[in-house]
Order: sequence, then C-alpha cells, then structure tokens
Amino acid sequence: MYLYILKRVLSTIPVVVIVVLFVFLMLRLAPGDPAAVIAGDYATAEDVERIREQLGLNDAIPVQMYRWIAQLGSGDLGTAIFSKLPVTTLIGQRLEPTLLLSLTTIVFTVLIAVPLGTLAAYKAGSWIDRFVMLFSVAGFSVPVFVLGYILIYVLAMQLQILPVQGYKSPFEHGFWVFLRHMVLPTMTLSVIYIALIARMTRASVQEILQEDYVRTARAKGQREFKILMRHALRNAAVPIVTVIGLGIALMIGGVVVTESVYNIPGLGRLVLDAVLARDYPVIQGLILFFSFVYILINLLIDLSYTFFDPRIRY
Amino acid sequence: MLKWFKLRTLSAIAFALSVGLGGMASTDARAESVLKVIPHADLKNLDPIWTTAYITRNHGYMIYDTLFAMDESFTPQPQMVEDWTTSEDGLTWTFNLRAGLKWHDGADVTAADCVASLERWGKRDGMGQQLFGAIESLTAEDADTIVMKLSEPFGLVLESIGKISSNVPFMMPARVAATDAFEQIDDYTGSGPFVFQKDEWVPGSTVVYTKFDDYVPRAEPASAASGGKIAKVDKVIWTYFPDQTTAMNALMAGEIDFFEQPSNDLMPILDANPDVTAEINDPLGNIGFSRFNHLLPPFDDVDVRRAAIMAMKQEDYLAGAFGDQKFWKTCYSVFPCGTPLTNDVGSDLMRTGDIEAAKAALAATSYDGTPVVIMQPTDIPALSAFSLITAEKLRDIGMTVEVQAMDWSTLTSRRALRDPVADGGWNIFHTWWIGADVIDPMAIAFSGNPDAGWFGWPTDAELETARTAFAKASTLDEKQKLGAKVQERLWAIGASGQLGQFFTPVAYRNNVEGLIKSPVQFFWNMSVE
Repeated sequence: MYLYILKRVLSTIPVVVIVVLFVFLMLRLAPGDPAAVIAGDYATAEDVERIREQLGLNDAIPVQMYRWIAQLGSGDLGTAIFSKLPVTTLIGQRLEPTLLLSLTTIVFTVLIAVPLGTLAAYKAGSWIDRFVMLFSVAGFSVPVFVLGYILIYVLAMQLQILPVQGYKSPFEHGFWVFLRHMVLPTMTLSVIYIALIARMTRASVQEILQEDYVRTARAKGQREFKILMRHALRNAAVPIVTVIGLGIALMIGGVVVTESVYNIPGLGRLVLDAVLARDYPVIQGLILFFSFVYILINLLIDLSYTFFDPRIRY
Repeated sequence: MLKWFKLRTLSAIAFALSVGLGGMASTDARAESVLKVIPHADLKNLDPIWTTAYITRNHGYMIYDTLFAMDESFTPQPQMVEDWTTSEDGLTWTFNLRAGLKWHDGADVTAADCVASLERWGKRDGMGQQLFGAIESLTAEDADTIVMKLSEPFGLVLESIGKISSNVPFMMPARVAATDAFEQIDDYTGSGPFVFQKDEWVPGSTVVYTKFDDYVPRAEPASAASGGKIAKVDKVIWTYFPDQTTAMNALMAGEIDFFEQPSNDLMPILDANPDVTAEINDPLGNIGFSRFNHLLPPFDDVDVRRAAIMAMKQEDYLAGAFGDQKFWKTCYSVFPCGTPLTNDVGSDLMRTGDIEAAKAALAATSYDGTPVVIMQPTDIPALSAFSLITAEKLRDIGMTVEVQAMDWSTLTSRRALRDPVADGGWNIFHTWWIGADVIDPMAIAFSGNPDAGWFGWPTDAELETARTAFAKASTLDEKQKLGAKVQERLWAIGASGQLGQFFTPVAYRNNVEGLIKSPVQFFWNMSVE
C-alpha cells in the first residue's frame, strides 16, 4: 500500500510540472497584463511601460520562468502584484470558506443523492424512477445563478428565514450562524451534484441488481433492504465514490458562480479576480495549489476503493 | 446505564445549544456602531499615489487627510491648514498647519511630513507635475509651517493641492512619503478620520476601518471633501460584492447599509422598497468619451475625426447605455455642464448628431475604406454599449468597422500601444471620466502633447499653449476665456467624441444619515440609527 502511494505521488510530479508550465506560458501569451490595470484608467502609456519594466514583464519569457521556478524551489509561491500579500496568505484567507462550502455540499448531496438513486434503481420504471430522472435533467439544465436568485428571493427576501449572503466562520461566529449562512449556497450548489450522483447511483445499482448473487440472496430469503445495502450499494460504490471525489475536486476550484451569488470570499472568486486583473503570481500559485488538491483527492478516492471492494488491493 | 446515557445525551445537547446560542449571541450583540458599505470596486492596492484607481482614492480619503480640499462649489478650502498667506507677487506661499494633528501611531503631523508627501505626489500626478514645474523650493520652515516659493506665477496652487480626485495629494508621514513614487508604500499610517485595519483586510472581499479617536475635525460643516470630517460610526466595513443582484437584495434585507453604485436597471426595484432610498449623489456625474487614435489611419486625418464626431448623437449613446433619462443629460461642453468653465464654443460639431451630414462630411475627406478597429470591453456594460453604438454609426456613414471584443484589462494594455493595428494597435476605445476629473483644462484627457498625454495622443500646439496659460491664470474671467479656447481647439482637432453626462445613483437604508453630496463618496459624517 505504501509503495503504491509513493509511486502515485512520484508519478504526479511530471503532471504538475506540465500543468504549471502550460499555465505560465498561457498567461504570458494571452493579451493584457497587470501593468495597465495597476496604472489605473487615467495613467499614461509611459506609466504603463514603467510598471511593466518594474514587474519584469519585459524580460524574456524563459527568464521570467526561471525566476519563478527558482522562487518555487525555495517554497515561495510568490507575492500578489496588487495587494503585495504572499500568495499563501491569500489562499489561506480563502481556503476555509471554499472547503467548508464544498464539505457541506458534498455531505448534503450524498445524503440525498445516494438514497434517491438507490430507490430509483430499486423501483426502476416506476413514477419514482421517472421523477428522479426528471429531477436529474432539470438539475443539469437550470443555471446555478438562476437557482440561487430564486432561493434568495423565496427564502431570504420573502420568507426572511435565512440570510441573503455572506460567510460566517464557525470558529468566530459559532456553528449555527455558520450553518444558517451555508444553507442557501449549499442547496444551490448541491442540485447539480445531486442530479449527477443520483443518476450515477441509479445506473450502478440497477446493474448490480441484475447480478446472480443478488438473485441468490433473494432466493435464500434475504430481506430487500439488506440486499440493497449490503450487496447492491456496496458493490456499486466504486463508481459512485469516483464521481463524488471528482465532484469535491471540481468544487474546490470551480464554485465561483455560487461564491459570487452568495458573496462568499472563496478560492473560486480569488481565481476569477486574479485572472481579470492578470495577477500572475496569484494565478500561478492557485493553479499549482489546485493541482496538488486534485492529486490528493484522486489518491484518496483510489485508496477508498479498498474499503468498499476487498478484491482491490495495492 | 440508561441514566448515564440520558445524562450524556443531555450534556451533548446542552453543549451544542451553548455553542450555537453563544455564536448567535456573539453576532447579535453590537457594542459599537458599524456602517456596512458595498464599494463600487474591489480594493486591490492601497497606495493612492501609485495608482489612479478610484477605489484606492476612496480608501485614501478614509485614512489620510489633505492640506486643502474642495467644497461643494469646487472651491478649495483649508483642511489641515489653519491659515495661509501669499506674497504680493504671488510667488511665495506660506501655509500654517492646524494644531493637534496626529498620525494614527500617535506622532504629531509636521510640516516636513507634508513637504515629503507633496513631493512624492508631484512626481506622479499631472497637475502636481505642472505645479512642481513652477516651484522653486518647497520647505518646512518649522514644525508647523510650509513655505512654497514659485519661480513663476501659477494660478492653480490651491486647486492643485486641494484636488478632489486621482491622484489626491494625501499627507503621509515623511518616512512613508520617502518611498519611491513608482513603488508601492507598505505602511498605511495616516492622519485621517479612520484607521485602516490591515490584519482584517481580505483583498477581493473585505476592508475594515475603525474610528480614529484622536482625529481633530474642523469646525465647519462638511461640504464635499472639505469641512469637519466627523467619524460618526465606530467602524466602517467595506464588503465587495461581485454580483449586483445579491448586493441589492442584501441592502433591502438590511444586511448592508449603503450601496455605492447600484446599476441603473436595479433602480425601479430599489425605488419601490420602503426601507431604502436611492438617489443621485454626485452633482457632476460622468462624461462619456469616444477616443480616437490620432496616430493611425483613418483617424490621423482631422477631417475624418470630425466627420465621425458629427455622427455621434449623445441621446443615442445615453439612452442605449443607461436607459431612463433621469440618469443622464446631454452636454456639449468638454467640461461638465453646471461647472464654472462650461461653454458652447465650437460645440456645434458635437451637436450635429446627424448621419446624413456626417456621411457627406466623410465623403469629402480622404477616407479610403481603411477598417476601423473598435475595442469593445464586454465586461463593462456601458462601454460595451458605447462601442456597439459607435460601430453602427460609423458603418452608417460609410466606414468599414471591426469590433473586437475583449475584457477591460486587455483593453487597458492594448490602448497603450502606438503600433499599427496589424501589430496589436487600435483605432477607437470608449471610456468615461468622472466630472471632477475633467473640470478644467489641466485634465490629462485634454492634453495636446502626444509625448506626455493620454492614450490617443492628439497633437496641437495651440491647445497646449492655452492649457499652460490656464495654469498661470488667476481670475475666474481669465480662466473662463482660456477654458473656452481649450474647448475650441479640442473640437477643432476632433480630439474625442463626447458622449454626454450620466449619473450613477447611490442606495442606502433609511436609517443611514449624513450623506455628503459629492462626486467622490465619503463616509465621515454618516451615521446608522
């Protein structure tokens, strides 16, 4: 197992290097740079050029790349051009909201989607199954921000039972205040993942329910609930867990719309702001961070297979 | 066993409740008054001399003070200065600081701090550069006295050091002002009514200011940037909202007190809310510009520029970008209408707004079908609309037009290029200036010097002569005559299309009081009941 983990970690190094270099080059080759944004709307061309020189943006790309790699080698992700804060500080400020939003979303999603998908598979062809499929299509089709606005309008503005926006840390404001502020963003973000995971669960469980050992279990008088839980769901878990893991990874870096609608200062918004402002060190540092997160999550998913399927050993 | 279980369960429930209720209580208890604001932009950097960004300027007003400041009639008034004298020849100015001025770290504000601050500002600001071009020496005679000796008369001394918008000559401690003007400061000690809480700053999200208890406000009532800056709340929190609809909802739900720039299409909803007031707070508004690149064909030909301007009907731009007419008005002066230099000289060109007349004018020029590249910033709705309207009008008069969509960041990089279009250059971009920034000919937007001017690089020696003379003028009559001359030249050379004057509303809860009418948003004098 440990050897497997070590091999996996080593194999990701070239992947990370390629991703990072690709992003570095794409940033430098894309139009726009931070100098003009820094200078402000009413600066002169000379001001912009002076700032470009100061930031080293006129240096050859290989020179800029070498400078950055040397910095990375000393464990420094760099300093944001605009705020002059270390990139690690910026990530640290934004990590908790994104992490907790992703966690609450995935917990809520799994609690809803897995039973729903299992039920749909068990009652395949029935109105329950059709409802789950309809919900799945709707969940993929409705844009996140539209759903967000609707939930805000109904639950926050009309019924006034939840706040409109914002993030409150559980460590500063208490668990219940945190939870109140998380309800709407969690509901908004989870719809699409419920749709995805319910559908995946339904397909997996339905396939398992056709297997011989399930027929045998029924023939031996095993109760349906136990058949579903012990035989069907457990054997269907591997693809479901895979999708759940990918969902978490996507959420870490991709919840910018939800964070924008609910005004949550998370990593998604940090990426968007950095891209619009061309804050190169922040963008590069974030991409590197996300790469490591994806690698870690994928590794944990693979390791979790051994729990669900004893036939899988590394 | 059962008893133990019950006890354990009850304890767990009690603990959970205490954590939750404790958490709720901690957020509900308000021992201090807080003004919660949605600013118009994210505060990305903190040095208002290093950048011209308006949000940084607004940040500067929170934590710094100025020697002079503009009142609501745009007359400079003493702020940190107690009194001042001018020699008979107008070449020696002596400023005496008010007593009791302190920096946020407790040290006294001295004349040496102010001299260093002015010098740093003078290296970056256009008006400052003009002023320092006329300064022979600037010294601190003693701890409270600044002496400015001019080598030649300069009629805008107080207007320069009291300017209201970027770059504002904010006063900083000498150790901070010693920072190279082309590097960012990293010490945010000021002497203004609020203190910046750097540890609580989350770039892209939150900025926190606390009241500076040792600030000594002037006795006069607040008037625009001048007068008594009384911090009536203990804390001001800026929370940047990337989503306008959520910002509006947060305001209506009472989670936010003040929304600096709601977009115009939200106004009907805000107007209908009984707990919210939405109004125009900036008397000068903003002036839309359609800026030509004077270096490249076809707009290197003055007649082509003037023909294009003839097609630009202000009502079409303003209605197209802002809708409801209560948010805009036409204005055919290069200076904001309603200000002392507003005039009609040469403005018939801009009043034309007639496609047929413009078509005929273009046909009489040397225009040969060279494509016109318009940069369209799709992430700024008003400028995106301006771009499309200009494209349509130029096509209507017979020009070949290519609209290139991009984000604002790309546009700001590209507009700095003087290269041919094929190498990344451009022909037209659109923008706006706040009225306060183009209130007189010294604005860089009106420069006729391509080597030191603004993007577009018009060239006109007569224009520059008039601007230089304006800087030396001392009476309003002289300034108005020179202002008219500057305008005449700007229209004569077709420097830019002026797309009219538009006004951005503010919105706030009805329990917020003390809003100051001004082109710049200030947060002193404001309280939350």
